[in-house]
Amino acid sequence: MKLIFEIGAPGRETRYLPECDVPQAELPASSKLRKQAPKLPELTEVELSRHYTRLAKQTFGVNSGFYPLGSCTMKYNPRINEAVAANPQFSAIHPLQPKETVRGCEEVLKTAEELLCQVTGMDAMTLQPAAGAHGEYAGLLLIKKYHALRGDAKRTKIIVPDSAHGTNPASASMAGFSVINISSAANGCVDMEALKAACGDEVAGLMLTNPNTVGLFDPNILEITQLVHACGGLCYYDGANLNAIMGRVRPGDMGFDVVHLNLHKTFSTPHGGGGPGSGPIGCKTFLSGYLPYSKSGEKSIAESIGQVRSFYGNFGIVVRALTYILTLGSDGLKDASETAVLNANYLMHQVKQFFPVAYNHVCMHEFVLTLEQTKKEKGVSALDVAKGLIDYGMHPPTMYFPMIVHEALMLEPTETENRETLDQAAEAFKAIKAKIDMDPAQLHLCPTTTPIGRPDEVAAARTPVLRFTPAK
Amino acid sequence: MGSYIPSTADERQEMLKAIGLTAIDELYQDVPESVMLKSPLNIPKGLSEMEVRAKMNAMAAKNVVFPVVLRGAGAYDHYIPAIVGSVTSKEEFSTTYTPYQAEISQGILQSIFEFQTMVCEMTGMDVSNASLYDGASAAAEAAMMCLDRRRNAVHVAATAHPDVIETIRTYCWGRDIPFVLIPAKEGRVDASALHNSLNDKTACFYLQQPNFYGLLEEAEELIKSVHAAGAKAIMGVNPISLGILATPADCGADIAVGEGQPLGLPLSFGGPYLGFMAAKKELTRSLPGRIVGETKDTKGNRAFVLTLQAREQHIRREKAGSNVCSNQALCAMTAAVYMASMGPQGIRQAAELCYHKAHYFAAQLQQISGFRLVYKGDFFHEFLTSCPIDPIKLEKALMDKNILPGLIVDKQILWCVTEKQSKATLDVTIQSIKEVCAQ
Repeated sequence: MKLIFEIGAPGRETRYLPECDVPQAELPASSKLRKQAPKLPELTEVELSRHYTRLAKQTFGVNSGFYPLGSCTMKYNPRINEAVAANPQFSAIHPLQPKETVRGCEEVLKTAEELLCQVTGMDAMTLQPAAGAHGEYAGLLLIKKYHALRGDAKRTKIIVPDSAHGTNPASASMAGFSVINISSAANGCVDMEALKAACGDEVAGLMLTNPNTVGLFDPNILEITQLVHACGGLCYYDGANLNAIMGRVRPGDMGFDVVHLNLHKTFSTPHGGGGPGSGPIGCKTFLSGYLPYSKSGEKSIAESIGQVRSFYGNFGIVVRALTYILTLGSDGLKDASETAVLNANYLMHQVKQFFPVAYNHVCMHEFVLTLEQTKKEKGVSALDVAKGLIDYGMHPPTMYFPMIVHEALMLEPTETENRETLDQAAEAFKAIKAKIDMDPAQLHLCPTTTPIGRPDEVAAARTPVLRFTPAK
Repeated sequence: MGSYIPSTADERQEMLKAIGLTAIDELYQDVPESVMLKSPLNIPKGLSEMEVRAKMNAMAAKNVVFPVVLRGAGAYDHYIPAIVGSVTSKEEFSTTYTPYQAEISQGILQSIFEFQTMVCEMTGMDVSNASLYDGASAAAEAAMMCLDRRRNAVHVAATAHPDVIETIRTYCWGRDIPFVLIPAKEGRVDASALHNSLNDKTACFYLQQPNFYGLLEEAEELIKSVHAAGAKAIMGVNPISLGILATPADCGADIAVGEGQPLGLPLSFGGPYLGFMAAKKELTRSLPGRIVGETKDTKGNRAFVLTLQAREQHIRREKAGSNVCSNQALCAMTAAVYMASMGPQGIRQAAELCYHKAHYFAAQLQQISGFRLVYKGDFFHEFLTSCPIDPIKLEKALMDKNILPGLIVDKQILWCVTEKQSKATLDVTIQSIKEVCAQ
């Protein structure tokens, strides 16, 4: 497909701004001016509009079909959220307006903080972090601050299970910690012996996702948080999988001290092709004095970790999430989680007839298949199956994660799918299984129904072409 | 109560039965009894869409929308062509996720590739990533890119936006590395203080152009001294100003970052905004976050993919340079649609209108006794003035006339004028200020 730079012609434009109606001032010296105009597209609005309509047709969203991308909670994004956020009385508010003119924005933030505290069992919340990883980072800084203010300088290590999201260890490094990776037990949960061995007076804390990344609720969760607390560490909850447990159990009650949430996962705000998200962090009272602030908006707090971005966070995303929470209410959130878990178990029950699950146990909101055997025996990988599923009109599951499962495919159907969709997905797995048994080689050619075939990723990384350069 | 669950209670019961269970409770068998919630969450019962809309709109109504905004300081009120929202509200774009599956994501991948190209064109740099959270965190990420074994001190201009300074300070504290604030002299970076601070531990220097007070820094000269000391130069820029001002590449910077909000994103009480980042080619593999590259598919067709992933957290884990995962993709698309719709002429026009109108307003303001520019020299569309009366009194009086005046900074006022203000509006504002001051 043509790039936007290959459409239009020199001199074409649609004018959006009026002529200058004030006397022209003298421009700065030429040394301070740009040497040549940026080579932006030159096209009219009709050309631009059609270009993006073409791009939209080649983009699969939650509204295009089933999107069981494990760990990403691709639930339906209600349209009322968008309508509310587009209200100019929210969208046209300058972040540095005087307090008395932004009472509504303050109420949104305060209400969202309070409700999210209730959902998580935390005492205080900040909405400043812009995404889950950003929340992890800010949350770990709270832990760093806690130990620093106690003069406990030797606590420089964070325990992270090997099943964790890659952001966990990466965030720990950014927060100045070294990482103790601990292996998982045979059941996919925390290896209690490994945890005991890792605990000690150098441990600043533990980062844990629960339900974990293989979709299981760790039955030892209370022992885990007790062990970490007993050695003087704090417990950090990665909220990526909160969608399984709302109204059932809360991280704060499990012994966690800090938690981050992903409003773009659990609370239905759209993923936008990879953001904007929102990654609030909640904490217990003893850490609340360290939460981030906004220097330009509020008075600084002496013991705060400081600021992690400008202003108050992705406010427009918070508006959407609050709209969602108020719509569902206490019962609705519980129903959402229960149905998410039910849908996952229902789908797992069917799909495991065709491909083995990594851990054959009642799952939470997601489950993981392992295609290790298929790969070994038939030469068909998790990637091949994922690409094969595309031809059945669905988005593939998450591939090759978590790393503790070989040839992993992770499915998270969410609560907003009906039974027929789940049945169809199971049929797709069944059909692929049949193909593998008959003629496995054809899976290597999938997908066949898409605008492009498989891209050459090796070439892309070896000789990176990261921008368009016009032909001379 | 609103709900987005398609299955009925009966259907759910059937599904439970199909998997050999009878009650939802059985699905939660691994949750220890002692922490299982015994009562509903202490949050209100759900509402219908009509009720929720009314409730949220009632909150919104407690805000005051100013038809005339003369305040910037990191968030800028620009005209947004109607086409921008029309494109970015397409459900395919808004409801898709990070394009891991290239075959069904060519549209969003191509849009990011186009965004990267436009950011390179605007900044003059060689490579761009797919976006970061906002200008402040982009600045902090840029600083972290410059660290190596020998050099780990981050020097930051005191004339940068306070939120940017504080964010970089936080990131430095996180990494346990030195943060050095370079003082200002007459509203600009004190060049000799910068020169004296640079040493063989300096990893980088962050400079904002135009700076927090709207002034143009002697960027080229400052960057030369940074390079002479063997450190890297990061320039934070206002993208609209690049319609006329020298690019970071023109000034010799190694990394360009900035707040992309002026490119078609609404003020929205501070977010979601857009961090952009572009760099010299040799820093390509140090860039944080997502990057889209062009390649070919099995049939030789042009194809786009997420690339250089060996840099990233999901591969390198604790050895990754950054933890960035989700970024601001839809905001990047917004900026791309804005830049494409404006085109090279339109961007230049926006920048010129900002410049001329700001200078017109500054000149008119200085005709009123007691208003003078605090600092001399070139400015873009923001400037700091003195205020002959209590600035809070002036602020209140102008707000009563639906005008949001400049930001009060230590009894002085930081004004911002964009293309949105007509001469007539500016003249009325001047008249109002005269009246307030005469009282």
